[in-house]
Amino acid sequence: MTEGSVLRETSIKDPVISIRDLGFSYGESPVLEAVDLEILDGEFVGLVGPNAGGKSTLLKLILGLLEPQQGRIRVLGQSPRQAVRRVGYVPQFPTFPRDFPISVEQVVLTGRLGFGPMLGWYRATDRAAAHHALAEVEALDLAHRRIGTLSGGQLQRVLLARALVAEPAILILDEPTANIDERMEGDIFDLLARLNERLTILVVSHDIAFISGYVDRVACLNRTLVCHTTERVDGDLVHRLYGENVRQVAHAGTGPAHAQHRH
Amino acid sequence: MQDFIQALGQHAFLQTALLAGLLASLGCGVIGTFVVVKRIAFMAGGIAHSVLGGMGAALYFGFDPLLGALAAAVLSALLIGLVRLAWNAQEDTLIGALWAIGMAIGILFIAKTPGYTTDLMSFLFGNILLVPRRELWFMAGLDLVLVITVMLFYRQLLAVTFDEEFARLRGVPVAFFYLLLLCLVAVTVVLLIQVVGLILVIALLTLPAAIAGHYVHSLGGMMLIATLLGGVFTSTGLALSYGPDLPAGPTMILLAGTVYVVSAVLGRFLVRRRSRSRAQRRAVLSEAGS
Repeated sequence: MTEGSVLRETSIKDPVISIRDLGFSYGESPVLEAVDLEILDGEFVGLVGPNAGGKSTLLKLILGLLEPQQGRIRVLGQSPRQAVRRVGYVPQFPTFPRDFPISVEQVVLTGRLGFGPMLGWYRATDRAAAHHALAEVEALDLAHRRIGTLSGGQLQRVLLARALVAEPAILILDEPTANIDERMEGDIFDLLARLNERLTILVVSHDIAFISGYVDRVACLNRTLVCHTTERVDGDLVHRLYGENVRQVAHAGTGPAHAQHRH
Repeated sequence: MQDFIQALGQHAFLQTALLAGLLASLGCGVIGTFVVVKRIAFMAGGIAHSVLGGMGAALYFGFDPLLGALAAAVLSALLIGLVRLAWNAQEDTLIGALWAIGMAIGILFIAKTPGYTTDLMSFLFGNILLVPRRELWFMAGLDLVLVITVMLFYRQLLAVTFDEEFARLRGVPVAFFYLLLLCLVAVTVVLLIQVVGLILVIALLTLPAAIAGHYVHSLGGMMLIATLLGGVFTSTGLALSYGPDLPAGPTMILLAGTVYVVSAVLGRFLVRRRSRSRAQRRAVLSEAGS
C-alpha cells in the first residue's frame, strides 16, 4: 500500500466496476459465491487469491465473456457486454498461436477494431495510435518483428499496447508477470503505475507481497471475497487467504513470502 | 513442353484450361492462406467432399451440377461452423460424418439419374480439359466475390483468424465472421473442383499457402505468393500432363506436393544452418571478449 493512496480523494467518484452478490458455478461446484466488489475511478486494485479461487472466472464475468448466474455486474454504468469496448484486457497466456504470420504492429492494430467504419482497412489514425501505444510501453522498436520471435517480456508489452490502443477507461491484466523473469517484473509494474495516472487498473496476481508495493488496495478472492483491504499486507492476511480455511492450498512449513510463488 | 506451347496456340480447350487454372489459383492463394493459418484443413476437406451430395442432386433434378455444388458447399460450411460454435466437443467426428454422408447422398443420386452420362471420375478428380468456356465467367464471378469480401472485411477476418477471444472483446461479431470465412472456403472449393475435382481440392487449397508460409511472415505476403504458386502449379501441371497424356489434376497435385516436401526439408536445413552460424558468431565474440 502506498502512503498516497490513503489521501487520494475517491469517495465522490462513481464506481467504474460494481459487483453485487455475484454467484457463478461450472456445473455443480460453485466457483464464486456472494462476491461484492466496487472499484472506483482511478484506483489500482490487486486481485489476489489461490489457484482455482475464481480469479479468472471473475475477470471473464467482468469482461462479459460469461454471464452471471446470480447477482449483477455493472461496468462503467453499463452491462459488461456493452462496456467491453472501453475495457482493455491483457490475458495471462496469449490466446493465439505463436507461429502466426503477423507483425507486432498488426497485432496492436487489432486493438483498433471497433473504431471507425466496419469496412475497409486500417486508417492513418489507427496506425498513429498503434505507434503511440507501442511507444508508451517502450516497444516501438519491435513494430516490424514477427510476433513469434518475441521474448516473454516483450510479448507482454505488446499485449499491453494492444489493450491500450483501444483507449480504454479500465485496464484489466491477468497475471501480467507470470511468464517473464523477475528482473522484468518491476519494469512492468512501474509502467502500470504510470498508466494508473489516467486509467483504472485491476490486476490479478498470486504474488500478494510483490504487488502490495504498487496497488492502492488488495481484494482477496477465494470463492468469495475473503478480505478487502487497504491495510498493510501482513502474515495474518496471508494466513486468512491461504490458511486453514482454504482447502485447495496447503503451504505447511513455508513462509508467506514463499508461499505465493507456488503455483 | 514445346509441344504444349504449340498446342496452346491451336486448341481453344487448352487456352480455356489454362485460364481456369489461373482463375482457380486466386482462390487457392487468398482463402488457402486463411485455411492454413487457421488450421481448418480438415473442415475444408469435409466441405469439399460433402459437395458431391449437391452435385448428385442437381444432376438428378436437371440443374447445373456447379450450382448444386455451390449450394451444398455453403450448406455444409454453415452446418460445420454451427456445430463447432454450438458444441465444441466431437467436432472432428461430426465433420467426418458430414464428409461421408454428403458423398453417399451424391452417389445414390448419380446412380438413380436416368440417362446418366457424366463421368463420376471427373467430379472426383476433375477434368480441366472439359471446362466449358462459359464456366470461366462463373469462376471469375466467384473470384470477384472472394476478393471483394476479403478486401472489405480483411481486419475482421484477420482478427477472428488470429485471436477469437480478443476479437470478441473488441465487439467483433465472431460467430458471423467465422461462418463467413467458412462460406468463403466453400466458394473456393467449388472454384477448385473445376480444376482438380473434389478429392484433390484439399491439396491445392493448402499446399501453395503452406509453401508460402515457409518464406514470408505476413498474411498478405502469403496470399500473394500462394496465388502465384497456385498459378505455376496449375499451368505447369497442365503442360507436363499434355505430352504423355496424363490426367492434369493429379499431375498438378504431385507437382505441388513435391515442391512442398522439398521446401519443408530445405527450410529446416536453412534454419539449422542459420542457428549454427549464429552460435559460431557468438563463440567468436565471447572468445574475443575474454
